[in-house]
Amino acid sequence: MLDRAFDSYDASPVEDAIQPPFPLLAARGLCFEAGGARLIDEVDLRLDAFGATVVMGPNGAGKSLLLRLLHGLIAPCAGELLWRGKAMGEAARRRQAMVFQRPVLLRRSAADNIDFALKLHRRADRDRRDMLLQHVGLLEKARQPARLLSGGEQQRLALARALATEPELLFLDEPTASLDPASTQMIETLVLAAKRNGVKIVFVTHDLGQAKRLADKILFLPGGRVAEHAPAARFFDRPTSEAARGYLEGRIVL
Amino acid sequence: MQDMAQAFGVALALAGSLDADLVEIVGLSLQVSITATLIACLFGFPLGAILATARFPGRGAVLVVVNALMGLPPVVVGLLVYLHLSRSGPLGFRGLLYTPTAMIIAQTILITPIVAALSRQVLEDLHHEYAEQFRSLSTPRWTAVNALLWDGRFALLTVALAGFGRAIAEVGAVMIVGGNIDHLTRVMTTAIALETSKGDLPLALALGMILLAIALAVNAAVMSLKLTAERHAYA
Repeated sequence: MLDRAFDSYDASPVEDAIQPPFPLLAARGLCFEAGGARLIDEVDLRLDAFGATVVMGPNGAGKSLLLRLLHGLIAPCAGELLWRGKAMGEAARRRQAMVFQRPVLLRRSAADNIDFALKLHRRADRDRRDMLLQHVGLLEKARQPARLLSGGEQQRLALARALATEPELLFLDEPTASLDPASTQMIETLVLAAKRNGVKIVFVTHDLGQAKRLADKILFLPGGRVAEHAPAARFFDRPTSEAARGYLEGRIVL
Repeated sequence: MQDMAQAFGVALALAGSLDADLVEIVGLSLQVSITATLIACLFGFPLGAILATARFPGRGAVLVVVNALMGLPPVVVGLLVYLHLSRSGPLGFRGLLYTPTAMIIAQTILITPIVAALSRQVLEDLHHEYAEQFRSLSTPRWTAVNALLWDGRFALLTVALAGFGRAIAEVGAVMIVGGNIDHLTRVMTTAIALETSKGDLPLALALGMILLAIALAVNAAVMSLKLTAERHAYA
């Protein structure tokens, strides 16, 4: 650990003075294959410990797959993941959380869903649970069966459950894809609040407006390869890759 | 036809009068089959949960065996238990043959594979839905299995009912290991078989009607429980 810090210090002393020596999460040569097809191809990536990175790309580009690989839900066929410069293990995984496109809620009350996550991270505590429910506007529905809540409420509950684990890194895989504008706005507000509280956000979306509202950086991923990883303003103003230009103009990209 | 109508009338009167012999037979049937069902669930649910969530070499073979054992012929189970419990058998010293305990053992062996195989199916579907979320939350294996068993509780109740239905309706195993001894090991199915062969159709018919009524009542109870659960989206 110390050796590596010195290595990178020697390599670029000026840069290291202003940047932490290791990114929060880094991927090196990440690959994933299924059915003989390479779906994620040699992805190298450095995610800083702050801000929101929005992952964009056409359907079937492997955005969800990349998120699952980064979160350690599936194993890559090659490559490695580094959490603060060290190989990512179970302890690092516990510092991450994920909200899925379709919320998977336990067949219990809203409150019990939060309690489940709190207990896993040994923070079971009624006040904390109520605070989380209050935060996502579901306190008055605490005793209701989670699966009878509306789509937007279910997704907010899933987000509250993810926040219950106090993650440093929060993955969100198209969490608003099937929600109405009002519910979408609530989710975005909550995500921005989490970002302000220092949670690193990695958010997959197809919605350009949403990407502009949330993103500090854009990761553009056509066909399982990173084409661009750039500050949001620059990406939308001057995309460097032909694929990104085509995507932003609504042309078909393959 | 007239005989049957007459028998039916007598049967109704018998069932309605709560005849002492009848009550004893029905009571023993329920005691043996409910106990067997509870024990089968105690082993069958965890076994089903392990088969649903674990991936290990030989899992496919175990699944085939457990599924095949669902069709165990009761007389074969009865024979095997008989061989073990008879005086010359390995467990003969316990003197269990021709006791309700022997009948419970036989029925437990008969329905544990049913409970295990059906609960495996139920829990595997649920596991498929929850697995990614559990992994994301770094859920320890044992916590995940407990959560599956709890969240699948209403479906598992139906599984237990299927086991109970099989236990209370079978005649071969309890006949062989129980011996159909009056006031000791006589249950509804063995009594029906005996009374029919003796030509005492009213008693056989009365027992048959009670057996059907129990099946209906248990199913209705579970159905209403399931409906309540579905209304609360817990099923």
